[in-house]
Amino acid sequence: MYDFLTGPMLWLTFAVSFGGLLVRIVLYIKGLNQQLDRVAYRAHMGYGLKGAFNSIISFLNPVGARLWRIRPGFALMFFVFHIGIVITPIFLIAHNVMLQENLGFSLPALPTCVADILTWAAVVAGLLLTLRRVAFPEVRILTTGYDYLMMVITLAPFVTGLLARYGVGDYQFWLTAHIITGEIWLLSLPFTKLSHVVLFFMSRAQLGMDYGIKRGGMKGSSMSW
Amino acid sequence: MPEGILCNKTPIKTDEQLKLVLSDSRGTKYYAEMLELEVDSDALWALIQKTMKSRTKTWFEICAHCGLCANSCFLYQVNGRIPQQVPSYKIQSTLGEIVKKKGKVTNEFMRHCMDVAWSQCTCCNRCGMYCPHGIDMGVMFGYLRGLLYSQGFVPWELKIGSGMHRVYRAQMDVTTEDWVETCEWMAEETEEEWPGLEIPVDKQNADIMYTCNAREPKHYPEDVAEAAILFHVAGENWTVPSEGWEQTSLSMFAGDWECCKDNVQNVYDAIERLNPKRATGTECGHAHRATVIEGPYWTGRPDGLPPVPYIHYVEWLAEALRTGKLKIDPAKRIKEPVTLQDSCNYVRNQGLKDVTREIISYIVEPGYFVEMSPTKEHNYCCGGGGGFNGIGMYREQRNVALRTKMDQILDTGCKLVIAPCHNCWDAIRDLEEEYEIGIRWSFLKPLIIGMLDVPEHMLPKDEE
Repeated sequence: MYDFLTGPMLWLTFAVSFGGLLVRIVLYIKGLNQQLDRVAYRAHMGYGLKGAFNSIISFLNPVGARLWRIRPGFALMFFVFHIGIVITPIFLIAHNVMLQENLGFSLPALPTCVADILTWAAVVAGLLLTLRRVAFPEVRILTTGYDYLMMVITLAPFVTGLLARYGVGDYQFWLTAHIITGEIWLLSLPFTKLSHVVLFFMSRAQLGMDYGIKRGGMKGSSMSW
Repeated sequence: MPEGILCNKTPIKTDEQLKLVLSDSRGTKYYAEMLELEVDSDALWALIQKTMKSRTKTWFEICAHCGLCANSCFLYQVNGRIPQQVPSYKIQSTLGEIVKKKGKVTNEFMRHCMDVAWSQCTCCNRCGMYCPHGIDMGVMFGYLRGLLYSQGFVPWELKIGSGMHRVYRAQMDVTTEDWVETCEWMAEETEEEWPGLEIPVDKQNADIMYTCNAREPKHYPEDVAEAAILFHVAGENWTVPSEGWEQTSLSMFAGDWECCKDNVQNVYDAIERLNPKRATGTECGHAHRATVIEGPYWTGRPDGLPPVPYIHYVEWLAEALRTGKLKIDPAKRIKEPVTLQDSCNYVRNQGLKDVTREIISYIVEPGYFVEMSPTKEHNYCCGGGGGFNGIGMYREQRNVALRTKMDQILDTGCKLVIAPCHNCWDAIRDLEEEYEIGIRWSFLKPLIIGMLDVPEHMLPKDEE
């Protein structure tokens, strides 16, 4: 079971997940339409790319956009959550040992205590983000079961990973659960709202190009997000 | 009854139909007919499939339902923060549902969508700046308006407005003759005070062509005269076209895409015909948005730009002041606290935030200019944008919406508001009328004329 999950199944997961995300990017770009979107993407690519860069960078920087600056509490939860769930799996020592064994190379590994802190922080931030959905009327009205499902799919590998890491109960069981939930998470990326892992960049770039070309960029006015 | 006589899916194309719909005071019969208007689900769905591409689809798909857009929306803030005013909710519960149901929606639902699209969103585009994913719900509402218009679910005034544009190629019943006569009349009248002043109609190869808002020749002809005075004093080689002088687009507010294209093409044709080096328009936000920012796309221009550089009036003014074509008498500068309304349509939507402030630096004594908060591209809508000002049925909601601007103005402590946009100007006038906070408001033209340092040879003889 373990061999299958970390062997063929893992490769399949990677192929579907990363291949699928690539398809999403291509389809997004192919579906852009200069006349319907009213943005001359091609004619002013230089201005567009500058605007796209500004748009993406401003929102990746925790103090880069006015939105983040006026909502520091949310910004903290948001960044802790996303940094935790993106950084930890990639640089976790246990994952990199597997990488070394299978492909003969590995990435620099996070010290265990840092990985622990990042994971715990991400889980707590994820729970707080979920709590927001219940607590605030303006978020409650938008929330659907699908949003909760996305959070469950996302947090499950981290929670099972922590349980395995601390050896709560049956280590083998939690390890298997961790691998399965991790693969479900990866497989969900291209097919669900989680596609925002790439579409965030696409959508931000698109609006950035809109501002960079039509809404001021060509007037030499830099959008202050 | 699928189609009404007044309320139907067919745009107003003739003067008879226009007069007929206009004669239905307040749209009483029009709205009564709307109750029976049939939704053509197949046509609606076909239109969506043809026009809704990856940008909008992705916006719907990836919306994280985080609710951060809530506070960005002045209508949410000013309406007691009720969750039904959250931008994301507003668009998902309307356009989102129509898409989900593949156009199979009821008449009642379409009327609900109409209420939301025209009384709960002014298409100010502010929410797009506060969404982590960059989802611009103002753009989506603009799109929804187009779908609703195609099915006949549009407020009475805007059906008429776009009908005016179709019949008169102007938002009001101002014909080419009326317009040219107004220009002649204003030139004659103004020439008494400003010797040598002209309003050159259809002059070939001028340096700059001027376009305006039909309201000006119709109700405020002095605005045309003021523009002429400033061009005259600046020594500008300018002209107005006899055809294609109307820059506004109520059809954009109405979502009448076909008419939008026709309006703008008419202006571009004037440019092609008269061959000016540049063009500029009046102090209007949506007119500039329609003719200069969106217009090139409606008419299918591949570079997304008008045929010649087409600047906003504030850009022309700033340039004239910068280059010394217009000189301000320092003694006449504004010496009282004064604030500035940033129009969504050319500040958020074309980045012209510094140009207006440059003008302020010439006309306001240092220390007297007070910024609103928030300001520039983060400024709030005046409260009457996107057609909101002109729809009788939503007057009450519009008056509530004005409170955001009222509070912003009160916070500056200023009694004078500069509003270089027709819609903003109207909204601020109405807010003073409604709430009586003791403010004055003005376009830039009259303010600047009042403080010009006029070269001696231009002064009337008896003043020399």
